[in-house]
Amino acid sequence: MIGSARYWREIPQRYRYEAGKCTGCDKIFFPPRNVCSKCRGQEFETVTLAKNGEVEAFTIIRVAPSGFQDESPYAVGVIRLEDGVKVTAQITDCDLEKLAIGDQVSREFRLVQQDGESGILCYGYKFVPRG
Amino acid sequence: MEVGIVGYGAYVPRHRIKVEEIAKVWGADAPSYKRGLMLQEKSVPTPDQDTITMSVEAGRHALVRAGIDPAKIGAIYIGSESHPYAVKPSGTVVAEALGGTPDIHCADFEFACKAGSEAMFVSLSLVRAGEMDFALAIGADTSQGAPGDALEYSASAGAAAFIFGHENIAAVCETTYSYTTDTPDFWRREYQFYPRHAGRYTGEPAYFKHVLSCARGLMEKANVTPDDFRWAVFHQPNGKFPMRAAKELGFSKEKVEQGWLVPTLGNTYSGSSPMGLTAILDKAEPGDKIFMVSYGSGAGSDGFIWRVTDRIREIQDKAPQTREQLENNPIYIDYGTYAKYRGKIRKLAES
Ligand SMILES: [Zn+2]
Repeated sequence: MIGSARYWREIPQRYRYEAGKCTGCDKIFFPPRNVCSKCRGQEFETVTLAKNGEVEAFTIIRVAPSGFQDESPYAVGVIRLEDGVKVTAQITDCDLEKLAIGDQVSREFRLVQQDGESGILCYGYKFVPRG
Repeated sequence: MEVGIVGYGAYVPRHRIKVEEIAKVWGADAPSYKRGLMLQEKSVPTPDQDTITMSVEAGRHALVRAGIDPAKIGAIYIGSESHPYAVKPSGTVVAEALGGTPDIHCADFEFACKAGSEAMFVSLSLVRAGEMDFALAIGADTSQGAPGDALEYSASAGAAAFIFGHENIAAVCETTYSYTTDTPDFWRREYQFYPRHAGRYTGEPAYFKHVLSCARGLMEKANVTPDDFRWAVFHQPNGKFPMRAAKELGFSKEKVEQGWLVPTLGNTYSGSSPMGLTAILDKAEPGDKIFMVSYGSGAGSDGFIWRVTDRIREIQDKAPQTREQLENNPIYIDYGTYAKYRGKIRKLAES
């Protein structure tokens, strides 16, 4: 379970998908970084990640970690977004038998974790089939 | 100053359960429910969907249509009877996700099924008063009916969001009226999981009295008749009530059908008539007038008269339309999955 402080710190990424775009070479980092791995630049502008992408790889979790047992089986995938950035996220609202590499998906705001019955609710992004 | 809707959006979850599937479990007669309540199926939220997540998605659709900088939104009010936290606002999460923080007023609204329409009234009134340029109102719910109760066939999930402003208006708010009394037709006490209702009493002295009185009061205040409107939308606890209210008031079926989402959506409580309004805005043409009356148990109705402007054409296709979301690619689930999704199965407490 992620702690309340870490969750709060990550809100710009979890809620608004804010990434850092290097002003020197245009490479986009998600989550944002302080130094560009490509050109060593240290200046970034805040950009919002693309909403749509395609499934580049995925796996189906059948034995879920603590806190996710009720959700299994579920898919976790690497999504290549239209802006070239890759993110790892749950893929939901889909038929697990038919899920395939190359599927077009888009991002939705979902409840990602909850800290038991009485702790905080952690929101963030998942991907769903497009259209 | 003219004030109205500058952006609107809805969100409908993809999962559905059919009336037959629920009736089968309780030994009830599905055809009589379908006929009596005019319901076929309803939307079901997955365990990772709630009033907050649906509000964010509906709010994003409204923002895209409004085409404004979210930092300029001066207030956010979410009306719901299923706020995920008992203490902690839904609105702060939604405002943060939409990019509206920190220069923003925020509070959650509650008034059974009319919390959303009351949020709309307060938002447009703040803009009219000149307190802010834009205000966002949302009606959203993931309500539950007790297993086997008649409400289980209708209680569903969905959200509608409206951004109000005084420039680039797509639907001008011409007149508002509200009709409120203290009427204990439906309630849920603290720590109770399911609501209770007063059975048949929920019809005449509750729904019809308030909806019809509000509608008549609104028409009198604006000096109009049903003939002045191309569209009408009423709160939709089931398929039958809004159709009967429309008929008694003199609105034809044709005027009501576009916003009558309940047969395949179910009752989205605070989202009900607001979502119907979004479906009407999706198809409305410049000059059309829309008549809207909500209803919330307890009890009260909010009435609105909207006049659609030329700008509607520019924004209708900028975000997913409401009926498109309702009709495209639904995922049907059985009662077991539904019971699991809605937390109706008693489990061992987590150690
Ligand atoms: Zn760089």
